[in-house]
Amino acid sequence: MDAANGTIQFQNVTYRQSNRDLISRLNVMVQPGETLVLLGRSGCGKTTTLKLANGSLLPTQGTVKIADRSTTQWNLIQLRRQIGYAIQEVGLFPHFTVAKNVGVVPSLLNWPPGQVQARVYELLEKVGLAPSQFAHRYPHQLSGGQKQRVGVARALAADPPILLMDEPFGALDPITRLELQQEFLQLQQQLRKTIVFVTHDVQEALLLATRIGFIEAGRLIGLSSPQAFLNSPAPEAQDFLQGFKMAADLQTSLQQQENQSD
Amino acid sequence: MIEFLEKYGLEIVQHTGEHLVLVGISTGLAILAGVPLGVLITRKSYLSPWILGFANVVQTIPSLALFGLLIPLPLVGGIGGNTAIAALILYALLPIVRNTYVGIINVDPAVREAGRGMGMTDWQLLVQVELPLASSVILGGIRVATVIAVGVATIAAAIGAGGLGSFIFRGVAVVDYQLILAGAVPAALMAIAADAALAWLERSLQVGSRR
Repeated sequence: MDAANGTIQFQNVTYRQSNRDLISRLNVMVQPGETLVLLGRSGCGKTTTLKLANGSLLPTQGTVKIADRSTTQWNLIQLRRQIGYAIQEVGLFPHFTVAKNVGVVPSLLNWPPGQVQARVYELLEKVGLAPSQFAHRYPHQLSGGQKQRVGVARALAADPPILLMDEPFGALDPITRLELQQEFLQLQQQLRKTIVFVTHDVQEALLLATRIGFIEAGRLIGLSSPQAFLNSPAPEAQDFLQGFKMAADLQTSLQQQENQSD
Repeated sequence: MIEFLEKYGLEIVQHTGEHLVLVGISTGLAILAGVPLGVLITRKSYLSPWILGFANVVQTIPSLALFGLLIPLPLVGGIGGNTAIAALILYALLPIVRNTYVGIINVDPAVREAGRGMGMTDWQLLVQVELPLASSVILGGIRVATVIAVGVATIAAAIGAGGLGSFIFRGVAVVDYQLILAGAVPAALMAIAADAALAWLERSLQVGSRR
């Protein structure tokens, strides 16, 4: 079984927990090579959507299809080994070196050790961590940004066609975040993975997305290009953008003040 | 003193040996039973109050009474070593089961989620991630269990299982302090040595998994 064509399809998906719909009637097709950013407040169901995609949760109603096969029919262990997964808390194994952390999935797939190591070094290089310097460190010897780079390298390790990313840059300082976002864009231009990226940060969504899916209270309210999202008529999206615009206006006025005082 | 050692030296060595065998076998078996039980209750959480409760209740039974209660039972019962080992296993169980459970439950949820999300099977997650990360906590439980077993094993002499308790019971019966000390001092040294050795091991495991 293999997820090579890398499509993710949510067909009328509802996920209910203790009589509450965390996701209701979600319909979306994630195309190969696109970055679908799910945008919304904390607790709106973004993370639930990711967990439905890798079979951590199974839909109460409807179907989630990875490469045209329902998650209820996949061998979930095999499915997850073909889906890169990066989360905000990173979740590096504290007792493994950086190299061993990045090599987890290739090792699970029984790659020969030499091949695992070559791949690990290639990936560390790719995410901007010099292998000679970082391969043998432990996670507690890394900064937050470095940990997250290792997390991204680990998600990419077995060259999965699909990546799920749950606010991977959320816990980073703004400068490191911007750096990682830029690198993410460059990586994605080379790799063309099918990516579902969850965030509550509008700026991040506008920067990274091919399409933005705006989620509110478990419902997909809008699905559009970043440009169209900015002009979206949906009142919820407007509310969300309002806060963002206020912040942006504040920034502009601060800059103007600075320019005047120069 | 020298006279005493000449008279009892060989016997001290012999009883120390018996004591070590009692403690070694019982703690070993308690680890073999306790760690899997601890793992089991992290997977089937509805079992945890029952298993932890049972181990807890056993701890509250006075040791002499527990030895006495086990004597009439088939297989484990009777006078001698088997009964003593069964009782010592029951005593050693609680700290091992509890620490295994606590050690695994306290593994960072993000680490577990990452492991599952990358396609680890439950067994791989347990062996490659949870047990190594819980190892120093589990070892802490084994350390407590061992020290308890060294102490409780002195009572085993009361049901004819030998060990350093033999000196103590004899000494108490004839009010001979030297005889009591001949049992008590080696037992205390054994407990201290086991504690120190396992504490060292515990620390050395912790260094590898520090975050």
